[in-house]
Amino acid sequence: MMRLIRILLRPFSKFFEFHARTHYRAERHSMALTIGIIIAAGVGGFVEIAPLFTIDETVEADPHMRVYTPLEQAGRDIYIREGCYACHSQMIRTLRDEVERYGPYSLAVESKYDHPMLWGSKRTGPDLARLGDKYSDDWQVRHLVNPRDLVPESVMPQYAFLLDRRLETDSLPGRLAALRAVGVPYTDEMIASASADAAGQANPLTSAADGVTERYGDATAVRTFDGRPDRVTEMDALVAYLQILGKLTDLPAQIQPVAEE
Amino acid sequence: MAVRKRDPLTGHETTGHEWDGITELNTRVPRSIWFFVFVTHLWALILWFLLPTWPLITTYTKGILGIDQRDEVQESIVVANAARADWTDRVDALPVADILGDGELMARVTNTAHQLFGDNCAGCHGTAATGGPGFPSLADDDWLWGGDPDTMMETLRVGVNAGHPDTRVSQMLAFGRDGILGREEIRTVVDYVRSLSGAAIPAERAAAGAEIYAANCASCHGEDGRGSTELGAPNLTDDIWIYGGDAASLFTTVHDGRQGWMPTWEGRLTETERKILTVYLQDIQRKATQ
Repeated sequence: MMRLIRILLRPFSKFFEFHARTHYRAERHSMALTIGIIIAAGVGGFVEIAPLFTIDETVEADPHMRVYTPLEQAGRDIYIREGCYACHSQMIRTLRDEVERYGPYSLAVESKYDHPMLWGSKRTGPDLARLGDKYSDDWQVRHLVNPRDLVPESVMPQYAFLLDRRLETDSLPGRLAALRAVGVPYTDEMIASASADAAGQANPLTSAADGVTERYGDATAVRTFDGRPDRVTEMDALVAYLQILGKLTDLPAQIQPVAEE
Repeated sequence: MAVRKRDPLTGHETTGHEWDGITELNTRVPRSIWFFVFVTHLWALILWFLLPTWPLITTYTKGILGIDQRDEVQESIVVANAARADWTDRVDALPVADILGDGELMARVTNTAHQLFGDNCAGCHGTAATGGPGFPSLADDDWLWGGDPDTMMETLRVGVNAGHPDTRVSQMLAFGRDGILGREEIRTVVDYVRSLSGAAIPAERAAAGAEIYAANCASCHGEDGRGSTELGAPNLTDDIWIYGGDAASLFTTVHDGRQGWMPTWEGRLTETERKILTVYLQDIQRKATQ
């Protein structure tokens, strides 16, 4: 066997010798070695990451994919702030057990407007990629207030304070503008009325609610998510976000219809 | 190599580094390492041709085997469903009563249903299906929409107050908040409702309550308070309360109204899975009420 290897490698002996000699020299110069390591590691990154931007089929095309409303985006920021991603993933892998438990596997297009993405790989709690409309707003609120009221064996922390914190909406135009800078197609109108839209989506009784459906589509959920119409809380935002998870596009369900047995 | 010094004891070359007279051996890389380097490189080379590997500018090499994870998972689901077909076909074909009577089939149904229930239903109805505040128990024979298998299948399919076009719809009005009844009227009718399930109240209060009840509540809950599975109106004459049967809870219910919510399962669970759950719940109910 070793003989065979030696014969096969013989044509490359010059190369190996050159490689060994260069390496021997580089090892004696720390800067040269550092630059060499960066180049070697960079090759992997360049070959694996760079082509994803030029290969069209990386992200599925879906003209109906909708952007997050300001309220949902605010909820997403709260989700990140509270570290929900540390225990919950948002990506259903292409594995049978995942698909049977959570539903159609996640598509790249679903996180097209996620900056940053929250796919995650750590699941202390379940995956949340298809959570939207699985439970009622009331359930979500009660569960966030004290998870053990509804799921006795849960180890999730309590987030009751979200009910008492007024949602800060003044910075939303800026946040949407920042997202537009990285490719989320928010219009000038959406950015200008972001604060009003956030308040309107959580309060269907006000005229601001009409602007939300006008700009983000009639299917947008306009409700008092936290059950308290008098104010817009962080609970409103987080529940609005949880209820849209997996519902920005119905492409996954089209590609993978529920497998009839 | 530039350095040709040899260690006198081992005969190996040294690196030329020296610390206080101690030199470092420049031993050869062990053969086993070279062997694994060779094998792994060879393996990688073979896989370049078999699997999708190299990115090109607008596409990538697809590989001879044509492997695609998405096709694989779809295929594995089809295979797994085929492997289960020996009993799921019988679940599809047999009436629920026959499945309940078939011990061997029930063992498989229960096994699968336990997981389906845990993933999808237990969040609200609890792992033992006994419900909780705001969520009805499924382990008794008191049903809002009817507890026969066909009705349960339909409820699972369309949900309650859900997004499905055929969804079941029901709502308890906010009699107090919307100004239909005053506080004293609500207190009176609450007392009357409590008397339906056996609480003792003075006769004239019962008469006054009955009048308010007949005018406001009877259209859904029925003249006798037994509710209606047509409208999803609960029975008020028994001891089973979703939101609490004490005077304070009932006052809140009548004053602010209630509206339950159950999702449609049509897009999430297959018809077979919904039937498995129906059988499971029938079984739980049968055992609990025996």
